[in-house]
Amino acid sequence: MRTLKGALILVLVAGLLAAPARAAETLKIGFITSLSGPAGIIGKHMKDSVELALDHLGRKVGGLETEVIYGDDQRKPDVGKQLADEMLKKHRVHFVSGVIWSNVMLAVAPTVTGAGTLMVGTNAGPHELAGKMCHELYFTTSWQNDQTPEAMGKYMQDQGLTDVYAMAPNYAAGKDMISGFKRYFKGKIVGEVYTKLGQQDYQAEITQLRAANPKVVFVFYPGDMGIQFLKQYAQAGLRGQIPLYSVYTVDEISIPAVGEAALGNFETRYWSPDLKNEANAKYVGDFKKKFGYTPTFYGAQSYDGIMLIDSAVRAVKGDLSNKKGMVAAMRKADFKSTRGKFAYNHNHHPIQNFYLLRSVKGAGGEIEMQIQKPVFENHKDAYHQDCPMKW
Amino acid sequence: MTSRRRALTMAVALAALAAVPLAAAALNQPFYLDLFRRIMIFAIAAVSLDIILGYGGMVSLGHAAYLGIGAYAVAIPALHGLHSAWLQWPLAMALSGLAALVIGAVSLRTSGVYFIMITLAFAQMLYYVGISIEPWGGDDGMRLPGRSRLGGPLDLGDPHVFYYVVLAILAVLLLAGERVIHARFGTVIRAVKSNEARLQAIGVASFRYKLAVFVLAGAVCGLAGALLANQTEYLTPSYMHWTRSGDIMVMVILGGMGTLAGPVLGAAAFLLLENVLSAWTVHWQAILGPLLVLVVLYARGGLWSLVPGGGARDG
Amino acid sequence: MTGLLVVEQLLNGLQLGVMLFLVAAGLTLVFGIMNLVNLAHGSLYMVGAYFAVAFLGWTGSFAAAVVLALLATLAVGMLVEVVALRTLYERDHLDQVLATFGLILFFNEAVAIVWGRAALFASVPPALGGFVELLPGLRYPVYRAVIILVGLAVALLLYVVVSRTRLGMLIRAGASNRTMVAALGVNIRLLYTIVFGFGAALAGLGGLMAGPIYTVQPGMGEELLIEVLVVIVIGGIGSIRGALVGAVVVGMVDTLGRAFLKPMLATVVSPAAADSAGPALASMLIYILMAAVLYFRPQGLFPAARS
Repeated sequence: MRTLKGALILVLVAGLLAAPARAAETLKIGFITSLSGPAGIIGKHMKDSVELALDHLGRKVGGLETEVIYGDDQRKPDVGKQLADEMLKKHRVHFVSGVIWSNVMLAVAPTVTGAGTLMVGTNAGPHELAGKMCHELYFTTSWQNDQTPEAMGKYMQDQGLTDVYAMAPNYAAGKDMISGFKRYFKGKIVGEVYTKLGQQDYQAEITQLRAANPKVVFVFYPGDMGIQFLKQYAQAGLRGQIPLYSVYTVDEISIPAVGEAALGNFETRYWSPDLKNEANAKYVGDFKKKFGYTPTFYGAQSYDGIMLIDSAVRAVKGDLSNKKGMVAAMRKADFKSTRGKFAYNHNHHPIQNFYLLRSVKGAGGEIEMQIQKPVFENHKDAYHQDCPMKW
Repeated sequence: MTSRRRALTMAVALAALAAVPLAAAALNQPFYLDLFRRIMIFAIAAVSLDIILGYGGMVSLGHAAYLGIGAYAVAIPALHGLHSAWLQWPLAMALSGLAALVIGAVSLRTSGVYFIMITLAFAQMLYYVGISIEPWGGDDGMRLPGRSRLGGPLDLGDPHVFYYVVLAILAVLLLAGERVIHARFGTVIRAVKSNEARLQAIGVASFRYKLAVFVLAGAVCGLAGALLANQTEYLTPSYMHWTRSGDIMVMVILGGMGTLAGPVLGAAAFLLLENVLSAWTVHWQAILGPLLVLVVLYARGGLWSLVPGGGARDG
Repeated sequence: MTGLLVVEQLLNGLQLGVMLFLVAAGLTLVFGIMNLVNLAHGSLYMVGAYFAVAFLGWTGSFAAAVVLALLATLAVGMLVEVVALRTLYERDHLDQVLATFGLILFFNEAVAIVWGRAALFASVPPALGGFVELLPGLRYPVYRAVIILVGLAVALLLYVVVSRTRLGMLIRAGASNRTMVAALGVNIRLLYTIVFGFGAALAGLGGLMAGPIYTVQPGMGEELLIEVLVVIVIGGIGSIRGALVGAVVVGMVDTLGRAFLKPMLATVVSPAAADSAGPALASMLIYILMAAVLYFRPQGLFPAARS
């Protein structure tokens, strides 16, 4: 009995001593997005893209076993912050990523960087984080909010278009879009109209628009506002008459809902499913195969986010405590991005190309976005001078 | 259900809340400190709503407006370098009380569904004003430049100190509430709910009492807003959206309206459920919805009535 | 600002008002007759829109889709009434608000589970896609004109049913004194179920007409629900006439405000100030209107007489 007991203890102790030759750490990534409610469709795009990235990496990011913890911010900044706190303190994640909305990002990013953890944003691009509030530990794989309308402004300025009627919802992003547009477009604007956030019926505004007799219309209507506006613009007979240019309005989420009403519209964007490079072909092709629908830029950015983290962890050979090393690696942007090669500006926002897109009938008869021509090459955002970081 | 038993139950609950930071430290899970602190802040808001809703029968869907006003009353002075809590927090209560005075003066002329709608309308108006004011971030909101300063050793930057400050405020609120409910003022308010016509027949100017309690509730909710701004260190006009009022109302009902401890329980249940369920499934609202329906239909007294020592409403 | 522009905006306001009336009528009917506040009315509106899209996909015929969607929404409404709402008639309004709020959460997710979260494709049927020249120089979309006609037809139908038919008499009697009517041998429970179903069908009609011009997605009823509640509060709860007047007033005020408030403001303040104040004020206009109406008439414009 005693010898058996002794043997058992010996085995136990040997086991405990042997244990420290432990397996490599599990890499934990917290991903915050909107999964419930009407915006949940965007969250789904992002989550599916993250999952595809994990598949492509064999479920090992940077060579380490990876666990992604998803959080639903319900579009509320205080819920987003609570999720960030939970991911940092309870799950002890090594990276936080995601975030669709600028106001959620402004609550989450300082919380994450303040705790000394790396953050890789994959959509929201508030100008504060590109300028005064830039941080060594904060990177984004998307853009700065103003860059996209700046590209549209430049295109329309270069084309000599005039008599523009601009519309956007009356909130911070709406005003930013119009001001970003006006930063590069110096022509004549015959109307600048801000509508109620979440408004459904635009008949009154469309009537006013017709009366102002513009030659071109420029709008920013994300989400369901865009779907409503596009349908009503077409129904008013304006689709063929007055060309419609927009940002964040016509995309792979709204096109299936509006169909022909989106045909012929112009957008500017840094990416499109038909952008030709190796990584993008693989991403779009495998995404369609696995999930059965066309991905959007929300997804491409999230996919890139995981790939960026992968490149960083690989560079430090899995040593997750070497934050300086990971930051240095991320600054190199040394991974195959779905947008092709790009560089990081000193404020950790991408310097990238922007293209003019048009919604056309593709080869299969479906309506899709296709790149027409580049508008900006290696475009920097307008706020980087306010960022004091140097490297 | 004697008031001594109720007091005992409440004391036990407060002691449990006081023990949370110790438990969190023991389990090495500091996140629970933040979570329960947020629960207590919403509990303060929920108790303030229960004062007018559960006791006074005034169903206000605009209560979250005071959360927003309180939050901005902290953030805007902080933006201009005024960090003292002794300035910000009384300001939050005063401004919220003032807003409640104006809103109440107009709304309390109506009753029933009309009252619900007009309070909702005021909340929406404040929300739309909030998202249009650019210097304060519009709907992007604004960061709190720094937490309120209480002075001396009470540094709100320390999570434990902040936790106990909030707990102290909640405890004071509950104790004060107990006294008010059983004083003449509270009796009048409860009488308003049960039969206002009879009350007026005996010569009580019920409108003044209703307005007074409406302002009081608004002021307390403003304090909750000030605390919430400190908790999140970020605020947006969405704090004032009518759906937030709906959330707080759900907390009151779930916990047991017409009681003081009910809303505290309700806040805990709602936020914990939200936290746990949303980690489980994307479709967590499909579970929360029917749950709410079931509580309303079959558990009239809310969760508080299921707690041993809880039960019958005060009067 | 031409006269023709003003006329077109008035038409727009009328059309918006009529659309609001379609949804408000069902809600005020249920409230007035059964004393039930049903926040899930917006969900029935959503369900109607979804059914219309689904049936159009199966049958390929817009007319068939409309009929089937109405019947399906009627069925869903009656089912909800029997299963979830029966116990609420005796409860106070607060309980009703909360329980039906819970139903909203449930319906939104149920719809997302069945059809997904992405907005569905719904467009105006080709037959109704053109324009009609109402006045020289004023071309108005046929579909919107049809909405106006349908709304007015429904108003007429409701008036005839409620005041001229036996069913309407029973409904009005049940509203004044439920126990007496039951004592006289009328099956009150069945009556209420039918009325609720009818109200649901009206909401569904609003939804399926709105689908082609708005979005069909989970939660599509909520924004509209607020406006509809404003309408019935202004008009007087329980009154169909109030709902019609309230709806048209709200539609007009909202439309004209959005169209002309900013230009009007720009004549008194700087253009930059008008740019930011105009839209903010326009979005608050219907709430200000409601507050003003309630200040002078706390029971709305046409309060329904109740015993």
